[in-house]
Amino acid sequence: MQISEVIDLTEAKILTCETQKGDNVLRAFASDLMSDVLTLDTDNLMLITGLNNLQTIRTAEMAEIKYILFVRGKMPTPPMIELAKKENMLLLVTKKSLFQTSGVLFQAGLKPVY
Amino acid sequence: MMEFKYEIEGGDFSKAGTASSDVKKILKQLNLAPGLIKKIAVAMYEAEVNIVAHAYKGTMSVIINAENVRMLFEDEGPGIADIDKAMQEGFSTASEEVRQQGFGAGMGLSNIKKNSDYLSINSTVGKGTIVEIITNIK
Repeated sequence: MQISEVIDLTEAKILTCETQKGDNVLRAFASDLMSDVLTLDTDNLMLITGLNNLQTIRTAEMAEIKYILFVRGKMPTPPMIELAKKENMLLLVTKKSLFQTSGVLFQAGLKPVY
Repeated sequence: MMEFKYEIEGGDFSKAGTASSDVKKILKQLNLAPGLIKKIAVAMYEAEVNIVAHAYKGTMSVIINAENVRMLFEDEGPGIADIDKAMQEGFSTASEEVRQQGFGAGMGLSNIKKNSDYLSINSTVGKGTIVEIITNIK
């Protein structure tokens, strides 16, 4: 699924790496628990999370996750945005809940990790 | 052979992961396979976060040679009373503050094991913990 489609479906705002809107993601994982995110070995993954702190970005960096969609209107802090830019990570934020976001994207064909 | 050493501050989540991030960039420069880099980075980051989450302070030493990457984490902290129990998925003594950071689910040590070729943990209660992780790169 193209990032631009993710944006349309979840009415998300793009915060970084706007030029990569045409990128495709194959799978998504929804979690506020970074310990679980770190156990995944899936490539081309989008993280959907409501966990809004620097460790979200650090975890994505270590796990080679290039796309993060923040739910419930959780706006990343300036240090998070700065780090994401440095790591060439695309950040999105939607006002929708984790459940609704996941449901909408799943229905539209975005695959789960498991 | 290359060697790097970092000081890690206990309790300071704003800096957690900076040492691992630095080493990950070095591994990228060395042109290691992306899958290997991710394995090493995840194991290293889990161990670094463990020091931030549980210890007062610690150090992370990384030695890179042609065969493997060896990571040594030494901390001053409460130590681990029962290492077998700590290795079990789901067991954690992490504080509420640590859980708010998205950690403390009792997944860290087993995930380090999964992402490495060798893991040894030595701990003295009331003194500290030494964690050694080795990942083969050849």
